[in-house]
Amino acid sequence: MILPVLIIMLMAGGIVAWIGARINTNVSRWISLIALLANFIITFLLWMEQEYLMDLSNSAWLAKYNLPWIPGFGISFNLALDGLSLLMLLLTFLLGMFAVLTSWKEIQYRVGFFHFNLLWVLAGITGVFLTMDLFLFYFFWEVMLIPMYFLIAIWGHENRRYAAYKFFIFTQASGLLMFLAILGLYYIHGNLTGTFTFDYFQLIGTKFSAEAERWLMLGFLAAFIVKLPVVPFHSWLPDAHSEAPTAGSVILAGLLLKTGAYGLLRFIVPLFPGAAHEIAPWAMSLGVFGILYGALLAFSQTDLKRLVAYTSVSHMGFIMLGVFAFNEWATQGVVMQMITHGISTGALFILAGSIYERIHTRDIGQMGGFWKKMPFMGTIGLVFAMASLGLPGLGNFIAEFLTLIGSWKATHKLTILAAVGLVAGTIYSLRIMQRVFYGTQENTHQLSDLSFREKLILVPLVLIIVWLGLYPQPILDTVRPSLDPIQANHSTTVVPDNLYVDIMKGDTYE
Amino acid sequence: MSKTDFLSVVPLFILTSAAILILFSIAVKRDHKVIYVITTVSLAIDFIFLVWYKATATWVIEPLFIFDGFGTFNTGLILLTALAVTMISYAYFEQREERKEEYYILLILATLGAIVLVISKHFVSLFLGLEILSVSLYSMIAYLRKRARSDEAGIKYLILAAFSSAFLLFGMALVYTAVGTMEFSKIASHLSSLEAMPVIVFAGFGLMTVGIGFKLGVVPFHMWAADVYEGAPAPVTAFIATVSKGGMMALLVRFFTAIDGYQYHGLILIFTIIAIASMFIGNFLALRQGNVKRVLAYSSIAHLGYLLVAFLAGGTLGIEAVSFYLVAYFITSTGAFGILATLSDRDRDAELLDDYRGLFWTRPWTATMFTSMLLSLAGIPLTAGFIGKFYLVAAGVREHLWLLVVMLAVNSAIGLYYYIKIIATMMEKNEVERPASNELNPSVYVVSGVTMAILTILLIWIGVHPNGMMVLIHELLALD
Repeated sequence: MILPVLIIMLMAGGIVAWIGARINTNVSRWISLIALLANFIITFLLWMEQEYLMDLSNSAWLAKYNLPWIPGFGISFNLALDGLSLLMLLLTFLLGMFAVLTSWKEIQYRVGFFHFNLLWVLAGITGVFLTMDLFLFYFFWEVMLIPMYFLIAIWGHENRRYAAYKFFIFTQASGLLMFLAILGLYYIHGNLTGTFTFDYFQLIGTKFSAEAERWLMLGFLAAFIVKLPVVPFHSWLPDAHSEAPTAGSVILAGLLLKTGAYGLLRFIVPLFPGAAHEIAPWAMSLGVFGILYGALLAFSQTDLKRLVAYTSVSHMGFIMLGVFAFNEWATQGVVMQMITHGISTGALFILAGSIYERIHTRDIGQMGGFWKKMPFMGTIGLVFAMASLGLPGLGNFIAEFLTLIGSWKATHKLTILAAVGLVAGTIYSLRIMQRVFYGTQENTHQLSDLSFREKLILVPLVLIIVWLGLYPQPILDTVRPSLDPIQANHSTTVVPDNLYVDIMKGDTYE
Repeated sequence: MSKTDFLSVVPLFILTSAAILILFSIAVKRDHKVIYVITTVSLAIDFIFLVWYKATATWVIEPLFIFDGFGTFNTGLILLTALAVTMISYAYFEQREERKEEYYILLILATLGAIVLVISKHFVSLFLGLEILSVSLYSMIAYLRKRARSDEAGIKYLILAAFSSAFLLFGMALVYTAVGTMEFSKIASHLSSLEAMPVIVFAGFGLMTVGIGFKLGVVPFHMWAADVYEGAPAPVTAFIATVSKGGMMALLVRFFTAIDGYQYHGLILIFTIIAIASMFIGNFLALRQGNVKRVLAYSSIAHLGYLLVAFLAGGTLGIEAVSFYLVAYFITSTGAFGILATLSDRDRDAELLDDYRGLFWTRPWTATMFTSMLLSLAGIPLTAGFIGKFYLVAAGVREHLWLLVVMLAVNSAIGLYYYIKIIATMMEKNEVERPASNELNPSVYVVSGVTMAILTILLIWIGVHPNGMMVLIHELLALD
């Protein structure tokens, strides 16, 4: 029963926040904050009780909820929570709260409607992470889009309309391909077994012909790699991220991209093991290409938010590399990457937002020497720049290290190239620090250091990223039970296929 | 005439008597309000009768009519849509022409024609229904005589519709020469006794396709659509977009199923080409428009293309999908044109994008409703349009019509662009304060507003809880 409450809380909270703005804009801010905090606490309590709940259900699932929705088509309102979803939800509600806090001063226009959209995006994301019915999954996948579109189109920067269109059409078009694949899967399974259903648990293990599996997998993959994004499907991302308001960027980078990664782990790998193996070399190559390409473009940006956006492209390459390496090291690295990237990039966008609030530009050329006037912000910026380049002791290091160990088992060459990407990461991260915080200050901006509210957002993020870097074991323990079935499915597959050997010429696939 | 015969045609009687009653009423005294009430009440009573009568089995009145679940469903849908159109007409016409009363006669007659169309099983009743519908539409489109574009649209429609009727008639004649009967089921049994379809019958079907295609407004018979949509008064446009097209679609489904057109690859090929062309051309032309009415006109061409996907899939699921999509599409189109009508002023309809700039902030409720209508047209979740599109795609995928289904997906994505464009315009900050139109007592708009609100709620209700509608359609279609 607790699972639908999480979604309803956000949807209802959104409506109340919209109405509440008529009384006072702060009412709607507080309502949003409280709804998210309540969700966070509920999820946190579930996390604490994970062992007990898993014993209770005798599986990897902590809680389930099922209600028939459109029985004629075998569609049900089917939610389930496991370790992976749980961590994603914690991240969602945490970043959600920070998104509300960071817009406290920034957003002064149509405050009620803003928070309505914010909470509904988060409701859609929560649904995506929870649902175990493929129709419902597509439903929530789309529910995320409209409010996000509004967030960019109404409260964004100068070029917001273009960015909003592009974001919407890219994600919608790829989502439709996934929808076709979902229906294809539905009918293939139905014709084979006689039960027509969208239930994930029943669809898993459907036997296909190799060709059907390939096409269906590509349909799903289209949606996820556009969302992730993988180069060459990334071109919506820099526009959307840089034009969105700070809260929008935080949610886009921190959460929306993660829905793509989550989809890869939850759907592609378990549903289509054969086709996933077939495409693995290509997918990993694209991932590595993305790491290098994203880093290169990040280095050449002058717009601070655009720069951070390209670092996301680079970091998401590790996810492609890790998911398609098919081993426990890499998969755990992927989950770590999802969380740590959410936190570090979210923090960088919040920093970029607070700089923008002070000097009203995102142009790096107009920044410099900020450390003197804003040492606190500089320190925090340093922490996250270091996190972004993968400094040991911070969470991102664990994530990328695990991913690389895992992918080394699968492919040596690509792993080496990906590791080169880390060096490139060092260059662009240091560039942020040098151009923004060091150097001499040539202009006379009125700068004040972080306010209490901003510290309230950023200090916890620093603590979390350090904690994840020093003691990531709780995360790994939480997620392991849900990754086991994914691995189990794959250890049995005979991996070294000819295609791979042909392409990688001599590398072995263990 | 047996009792069941009589009860079955009561819905038609109610409409004809309402038309006569209005004529008499006008002869006594012209009063817009009275006429409006008569129209509303008779349409409502008609619908209530239909629900109350609840035919339990198919009833046939030889040789013209068939009263089956499909027919009843479409009759109900047409009646409700006509009712909604009447609701939005009052406020719209109240501020225009002095002579507004005859409009309601035409509206009722057009409704009658559409109903005859959906229950016909014979070429004669088909043609009768079609002409009642078309002739009423000629004058409805040109009803605002003072507007040049309204006249232009009326004449365009008149000429092209007459042309297409001629095609249809000629096609029927050809089929009749070869087959010797005009009844759908007898044509079917005659055709099935033959090895292959005779050329003359095929030519006949081809010519009929032209006539039907014109009414549906599918490519390449779509030329009239944009001009007529633009020129006609907004409520009439709503009527054309929904009742006229929907009635024809229902007839097409009935005819095609009766003669089992799915076995003729030639016909399937023709309709496949029409479907794909309609989707692409409709959407591409819509992309280039700056006029909301024209955008909706071209988008409706594309929507008919989507509908043809489920139609081509056929089978129970295909027909269910067509019916469900028609419901969603009717609600959405009536709503969209209804909002257009409420925003219009005395001189012109609110059809330019500029009329919508900043609407979100000046009239938030209207803008919210319009947004949900547009999102439903785009097929976004939480709206009926989403479930409708799901139904269409499901029907297509089931029959492995991959080409059509992928085209549908691609076109949905293209279509998004112009729907979002309108939404984005509504959200822009409004720099220029436009003087509020103070021409009419706002209470006149209450009826329109309530109708719009009901349509919006229906739209979201069906989007969130589609099961009721699905079961209703399923049960009605299963009726034998």
